[in-house]
Amino acid sequence: MITTPIFFESPLPLREGGTGRGQRAALRANEATKDEEQVILDRTAYAVDMMPGGRKPLPLTPSRKGRGDGMNIARRVVGGLFVAALLLGASPARAELRIDITKGNVEPMPIAVTAFFGKEGQAQNVGRDMAQVVSADLERSGLFKPIDPRAFIQTPDQLQTQPRFADWRALNAQALVTGAAEVQPDGRLKIEFRLWDALAEQQMVGLAYFTVPQNWRRVAHIIADQVYKRITGEDGYFDTRIVYVSENGPQNRRIKRLAIMDQDGANHRFLTDGSALVLTPRFSPTTQDITYLSYFNGQPRVYIFNIDTGQQEVLGDFPGMTFAPRFSPDGNSVIMSLSTDGNSEIYAMDLRTRLVKRLTNHPAIDTSPSLSPDGRQIVFNSDRGGTQQLYVMDSDGRDVRRISGFGSSKGRYATPVWSPRGDLIAFTKIDGGTFYIGVMRPDGSGERLLSQSFLDEGPTWAPNGRVLMFFRQTQAAPDGKGATSRLHSIDLTGYNLREVVTPADGSDPAWSPLIP
Amino acid sequence: MHVRILGILAAAALLAACSSTPEEVAELKGAGGAQPAPAAQAAPPTQQAMRPAEVTAAGELAQIGDRVLYETDQATLTPTARGTVEKQAAWMKKYPRVTVTIEGHCDERGTREYNLALGERRAIAVKNYLVSLGVEAARIKTISYGKERPAVVGSNEQAWSQNRRGVTVVN
Repeated sequence: MITTPIFFESPLPLREGGTGRGQRAALRANEATKDEEQVILDRTAYAVDMMPGGRKPLPLTPSRKGRGDGMNIARRVVGGLFVAALLLGASPARAELRIDITKGNVEPMPIAVTAFFGKEGQAQNVGRDMAQVVSADLERSGLFKPIDPRAFIQTPDQLQTQPRFADWRALNAQALVTGAAEVQPDGRLKIEFRLWDALAEQQMVGLAYFTVPQNWRRVAHIIADQVYKRITGEDGYFDTRIVYVSENGPQNRRIKRLAIMDQDGANHRFLTDGSALVLTPRFSPTTQDITYLSYFNGQPRVYIFNIDTGQQEVLGDFPGMTFAPRFSPDGNSVIMSLSTDGNSEIYAMDLRTRLVKRLTNHPAIDTSPSLSPDGRQIVFNSDRGGTQQLYVMDSDGRDVRRISGFGSSKGRYATPVWSPRGDLIAFTKIDGGTFYIGVMRPDGSGERLLSQSFLDEGPTWAPNGRVLMFFRQTQAAPDGKGATSRLHSIDLTGYNLREVVTPADGSDPAWSPLIP
Repeated sequence: MHVRILGILAAAALLAACSSTPEEVAELKGAGGAQPAPAAQAAPPTQQAMRPAEVTAAGELAQIGDRVLYETDQATLTPTARGTVEKQAAWMKKYPRVTVTIEGHCDERGTREYNLALGERRAIAVKNYLVSLGVEAARIKTISYGKERPAVVGSNEQAWSQNRRGVTVVN
């Protein structure tokens, strides 16, 4: 139940100067073993025999089902890294502890995230830092309210045996996260964590990970995803990254650089040096590639950038501007606008053959295409009806129908992005001098506006389809100065608007899929 | 008068430099008296690299008007804009060796990708009119900057009206 396959590659694939080909090959090898790994995990997960309110310490290794220890911890060498996931399963009965996030604004659940116990030095530091990362992830989701650790009564080492649930209930904690970090003889870290229902006095999740020490942050995000998933019933989105455009300088000579960071802002680095104007990066759903627009050599063209190798490649050599790229859900093609004859049309390029197929044929502007997750339909932006509106067509270009701007709904619509779940389309709306981020169903019904300001633009979906990120530009002062552009995230319900902190101004965010 | 000439020369030099932008021209023309130093620094090296005919041509373009302005979300040339392009057509015929790039720009009140398409449409509108007036199409390139390179920095209608533009730049 609890063991979604946990897989992480050796340190975030962010290292500078790695041997590109080798890393890619290793990644593929990992993917190839995934299914097998999942089977093993499922088999070794088992329920801990514990009566409600029991006080027995939880055994970490001995199996009660008669299996050898070797079966409890699935270990595997993957790309030089042991990846292991454990075991200590949830109680088979589904706990009541649950947040229903389909109901709009929810009261954040009070949760106690304790420092992961470490005996000394490195383990102690990592254990403390990991708890902070987990706590911050959960807090930012808006669904959890971490309790101030200064109020905690039980210490991390005391928690290694059994939580005194009454102590945690006294703090109003409904859920409790405990853990331990231990340096292995080979230098790797063993990280254990458990999620407890403080009211039912039951363990909900218990997992362990073996990883290289520099990977601890990523493991913390994976743990936060586990907590999120167990309590909300939805996949998490913390083990993800954001690529965006970092901005510096005056508005008329803006320096723009591609930058990438973890979803919580950590591990920030620049991918381009700012010598060429770059816009609208988007992640591949399947590889470590980003597609984006660059004015390299004064020619606006669509490029592909490999995050691992740093290699860039122009996507086709066409006479006019190519722009507005986006990967197909299977990662095998890029849909984008080409304007070979001075008018933008939507094309699909097969990344293996590099052949393009024209999908629209209309004298109007056709741009910003986004495929549905099943690959069958494309939503795009066109002014063929006189104003900028959203249209949906089949992925072969047939059956074009408008989905926005009907009836009393005024305004211009732009930047449509199909939700990873397929149920909604996010967009930018411009009406009466105000910009909005909103969502509607693929047939155009059920429009809901989530945010509004002087300029909100360019939504991107978290991989679970629950959270959107976009950028917000403020109005300049009368002297033309003071305008800022910042990334923000907001829940699909329209609550929990937050700035996503970046070192400088930012725009055009794109959320990665869950890291493979 | 000296300042004015210096300004035009500097403007011409900047226009010829590949990295130049018309915004810089506008700034130099507007602030030439107040900021002689940057103009003096900028002019000499580039002037040496320029052929005199190009200096003259670029200077003349600056005088007849290097840009046309558009209505919100429109790429249609207004009567004023057509007048400007007609002068540019005559100018291009006078300097048959000159080639140009038409830059299409938008104000900040649109979305990025749509504005890239709109900016291109604006640049194409200027090109098409020049061609219809007898200028060889091969001498005219177009590029769209969408809302990325405003001429006037500001979040008000005055700035936006100046930023919805097509700018003719000597290559």
